[in-house]
Amino acid sequence: MTQRPLLAQRDVFGDTMVELCRQDPRIILLDGDLANSTKSDKVAVAVADRFFMMGIAEQNLAGVAAGMATVGLKPWVSSFAAFLATRDLDQVRVVIAQPGLNVKLAAHYSGLLTGYTGKTHQVVNDIAIMRSLPNMVVVAPCDGVETRAAMIALDAHIGPAYLRLTRDPAPVITGSASPFVLGRGVVLREGTAIALIATGTQAVRTLEASEVLAADGIDAYVLHVPTIKPLDEDAVVAAAQRCRCVLVCEEHSVYGGLGGAVAEVLGRRHPSHVEILGLRDVDGESGPNDALLEKYGLTAGHVARRVRALLAIA
Amino acid sequence: MMRPELSRLGNDIRRLVLRAVHHAGAGHIGGVLSAADMLAALYFSELHVDPKKPDWEDRDRFILSKGHCAIGLYAALALRGYFTVAELDTFDAVDSRLQGHPDMRKLPGLDMSTGSLGQGLSPGVGMALGARILHKDFHTWVMLGDGEIQEGQIWEAAFVAARYGLDNLTAILDWNHLQQYGWATQAGYGVIARRDPVDAPVEKWSAFGWRTVECDGHDTADFLAACATARLTHGRPTIIVARTVKGKGVSFMHDDFAWHSKPLSENDLARALAELDAADRAAVPGPASP
Repeated sequence: MTQRPLLAQRDVFGDTMVELCRQDPRIILLDGDLANSTKSDKVAVAVADRFFMMGIAEQNLAGVAAGMATVGLKPWVSSFAAFLATRDLDQVRVVIAQPGLNVKLAAHYSGLLTGYTGKTHQVVNDIAIMRSLPNMVVVAPCDGVETRAAMIALDAHIGPAYLRLTRDPAPVITGSASPFVLGRGVVLREGTAIALIATGTQAVRTLEASEVLAADGIDAYVLHVPTIKPLDEDAVVAAAQRCRCVLVCEEHSVYGGLGGAVAEVLGRRHPSHVEILGLRDVDGESGPNDALLEKYGLTAGHVARRVRALLAIA
Repeated sequence: MMRPELSRLGNDIRRLVLRAVHHAGAGHIGGVLSAADMLAALYFSELHVDPKKPDWEDRDRFILSKGHCAIGLYAALALRGYFTVAELDTFDAVDSRLQGHPDMRKLPGLDMSTGSLGQGLSPGVGMALGARILHKDFHTWVMLGDGEIQEGQIWEAAFVAARYGLDNLTAILDWNHLQQYGWATQAGYGVIARRDPVDAPVEKWSAFGWRTVECDGHDTADFLAACATARLTHGRPTIIVARTVKGKGVSFMHDDFAWHSKPLSENDLARALAELDAADRAAVPGPASP
């Protein structure tokens, strides 16, 4: 596989927040006492007057952001995905999503790779939850470069958004030629054997799988969907039109995530054989990243094996 | 001392609320009647607002955290001129701007959408902190129900507001002593204790670092004096703990949990309106309300 530089989305988040704060005095960062984990501490150090610690109290955290948005500020809420998507879900629903307020939820430590924390800190259904909220935009960048571009785009978008980020350094696959456009899918690889559709850092492992498959003469089409909502329906349909079947890959439950979103579109516009690689009705556990990806079936090798099995029957 | 014109406006709110709930065939009454005099005092005396410019960025903010009492707020807004009193007849109807719980996306003049209890104080903290960041001197007011402060988020917000010393934030506790259903008791199956959803609110808020001011929530002059104290307080947020009576102003609703939310019959409406009219006639004469 291609060797690629590594970058952690949380580091990029911290640096980009500093950059955004320096450009726009209305931007505020609200932290739930995780600033050193989420790298929000970069803001606390560099632009201290924009950093507000709200204590270990996520429900209030969400509500304070809503109030700030109504007076013309542009608050970003930073916490772990597990807490932003579930602990304060009613607050996000009632005072952020329903009024459509301009609050950005920076959801760190999404998926399984959370640094030895286990199932309480691993949310595997946050995409399903967030994309079901009216008015909510849902974005999951694949790497650090795309994270920065997505944050700049979300800053320009007036309305609520959930930014799904990961913790650890991961390969960068986004080149300067593929800038992030909100609501737009990114074709990572052309091919006709199978359409692989992925989001977040699972897109990297999916691209790596396609490179392994290509060596065996299997040319997969790889579509990365950084904006899960609003979904780039045309890109999804175009992928399905090229290939005999579709495999959606996500570090998320197979219920209601990107797989669900893709199936909803294809069922309506281009009925297809769609399968989903992800977590099937299970929670995670603590452990090293490689071991977790292996056990829960998310490695490039798992994606490649699933493709071979599918092509044998499809 | 009562402010007669404001007392009459409180009863005007009550009349409009009772008519609207009767017309809609559903709605909360008890907790609206307990808050009516304070809503009148806020919208006709205390709040720096302009009905012609509901989005005026320097206006005072008001959040009705006890959002189920929306119709009381709508009546106050209509009387103050934000929209016509006739529109109150659309309360709870499909396509109405007057939703069962306040929806800031639909109705100008609402500073926050509320309804899921316990959520209103946090946006108030955000507005007050936002005013400080933006160097604005508007004041933020949040009305809470006494049952509502059983919600844990209230105390998250109370802690943070005190931590940041938000003296531009005032909570108003409508301490009407009753909640919707209540608590099981040792006295026997089905014997429910409804009284006093929260013990010792003054001590609790004081322990959280807030200035506490007690008042009679039906004595508008007493309430406005408490508001003035809140505005003058430096370095910490204030809560006005307002003693009130659920169902205030209508004898057969007075202090009765059953009127928390209940349809109002034609006969009930007529009796209630007659009582309110009689109370106004008996009160100290004041200028006629608009």
